[in-house]
Amino acid sequence: MAFISGNESRNLRRRHQKARVFARFCALVTWSGVLLLGVLLYDVAIEGFAWLDWQFISSFPSRFPERAGIKSAVVGTLYLISLVAVISVPVGVSTALYLEEFVSPKSRLGKFIEVNIANLAGVPSIVYGILGLAIFVRYMNLDRSLISGALTMSLLILPVIVIASREAIKAVPMSIRYAALSLGATRWQTTWAHVLPASFPGIMTGVILALSRAIGETAPLIMIGALTFVAFLPAGPMDQFTALPIQIYNWVSRPQEEFHQLAAAAIIVLLGVLLLMNATAIIIRNRTERRMK
Amino acid sequence: MVKETDLARPDAAPVAAVLPIARARIRWAESGIKTWLAGCALVSIVTTLAIVILLVTESFEFFQEISPAEFFLGTRWVPLLEPQSFGVLPLVWGTLLVTVGAAVIAIPMGLASAIYLSEYASARVRRWIKPLLELLAGIPTVVFGYFALTFVTPLLRHFIPGIQVFNALSAAIVVGIMILPTIATLSDNALRAVPVSLRQGAYALGATSFEVTTKVVVPAGLSGVMASFLLALSRAIGETMAVTLAAGATPNIAFTMLESIQTITAYIVQISLGDTPAGGIAYQTLFAVATLLFVMTLVLNIVSQWILSRFREVYD
Repeated sequence: MAFISGNESRNLRRRHQKARVFARFCALVTWSGVLLLGVLLYDVAIEGFAWLDWQFISSFPSRFPERAGIKSAVVGTLYLISLVAVISVPVGVSTALYLEEFVSPKSRLGKFIEVNIANLAGVPSIVYGILGLAIFVRYMNLDRSLISGALTMSLLILPVIVIASREAIKAVPMSIRYAALSLGATRWQTTWAHVLPASFPGIMTGVILALSRAIGETAPLIMIGALTFVAFLPAGPMDQFTALPIQIYNWVSRPQEEFHQLAAAAIIVLLGVLLLMNATAIIIRNRTERRMK
Repeated sequence: MVKETDLARPDAAPVAAVLPIARARIRWAESGIKTWLAGCALVSIVTTLAIVILLVTESFEFFQEISPAEFFLGTRWVPLLEPQSFGVLPLVWGTLLVTVGAAVIAIPMGLASAIYLSEYASARVRRWIKPLLELLAGIPTVVFGYFALTFVTPLLRHFIPGIQVFNALSAAIVVGIMILPTIATLSDNALRAVPVSLRQGAYALGATSFEVTTKVVVPAGLSGVMASFLLALSRAIGETMAVTLAAGATPNIAFTMLESIQTITAYIVQISLGDTPAGGIAYQTLFAVATLLFVMTLVLNIVSQWILSRFREVYD
């Protein structure tokens, strides 16, 4: 190294060393984030696994930890999510279709709705809870019912569904629309017969992810007053209900250790459901990616 | 199949006569469907209006009884017990304490993860880590509350004996973990949007990977990175369940993070858990603090969107 003085080569070595240390640091930080996920899951698993049996799933909540279960919570969550899906999916997908297929992207109306939805997506969930409390529970007199919860939750996930559906609809090639329109199809015929089927898997993925967010949301349900002792199954949409995250919150906020373990067992069930939904979404996504190729 | 006999029948309605009727029906259906779709799009606007009108009118009634000066400058928040006092600063302080604490954890970690994912990780590693981070992002907040209370707090008590059972530090840590994936994935997207040619140029001049990252890639993707920070902060401010469970319910201008505090969101939960009669002043505090929360998150979101649109570097 005749051209480089000793001073410079030391400097170069130091720079490269710095780069190596930096790369390792970044890798370490990333993996520690993954590790945190592992610790969280492990903590939940060792606390809750012992309580997880059929008796736990098929029993109503109780003051006695050994008799307590999540039957009403699981059924409540299933009812709630079904109602949320029935309400929010048609409205959300329709909104997305309207914005993508019927309004020009440069029009002021389209821009306005788009900005509006982007901001709605950032509103904290508890504010939706307050909205639900004031509008559905108090003003419309729906009380602390399933339908109040479902309407509140639908408003909450509507922006998520719209944004995801728009992405899926945007991904449909223009040539498909041109082909249909040139054969004399109307806008809606084009949309219904071609755009919607082509974007269906993408929309489904978005819908599943949005619904899985709704399953885990707790704050809005607490706001509308779902945190009550419910030892019965709701028979209709006007009945009181409880849901899994509410039951978990209830048990975590008690001081006794046994209830914390019950909470952990309920968390295992909740995370299991979420994992199943996420896996479904990923499978749908992968399958369509392969087909698109 | 059109039979020749059909064509030959002179009494059959000519196509030209049938078509307008069919066309009219299609046009009618078309406009009906368009109205339905527009109606659905209207739902989101109505939702926004409902939120704003509700918060403004109820807050207005609140401020008829409590002076804004007391609300915004008062340092005691005792809305439920006599003598009442409606100074919101302790709640704002608690919220900021948790948010800043979470940011101190999540911003460096999130940025480092984003740099690792976009600059160093192999495609195979990325394929594994990204879904895992998304999984972390998909965990419900009440689970993080459980994690804070049963894992983080006992751990902290082991190392810091004087710490209270409910404390701001534990809440800040889990909220930090919660917003970490947001920062990591969004910043990763921003950094990956920086064209490879810029990196190659810097490497050709003899820069090390550290220098390329810190002096070329991160500055070039800064708008997206900053936007991800702000979005994550707004999520931290609006976070409810973890802070309610971990940070306690003591409105308190605390100067350490070892004490119990109360955030705006935790206060809202506390009120809704009790049987607060509608119409009373305690019920209206709900809307006053919710308005504050709404404005804080909205400002952060708007600034984040503004940064994205104003400072986006377009490479082509």
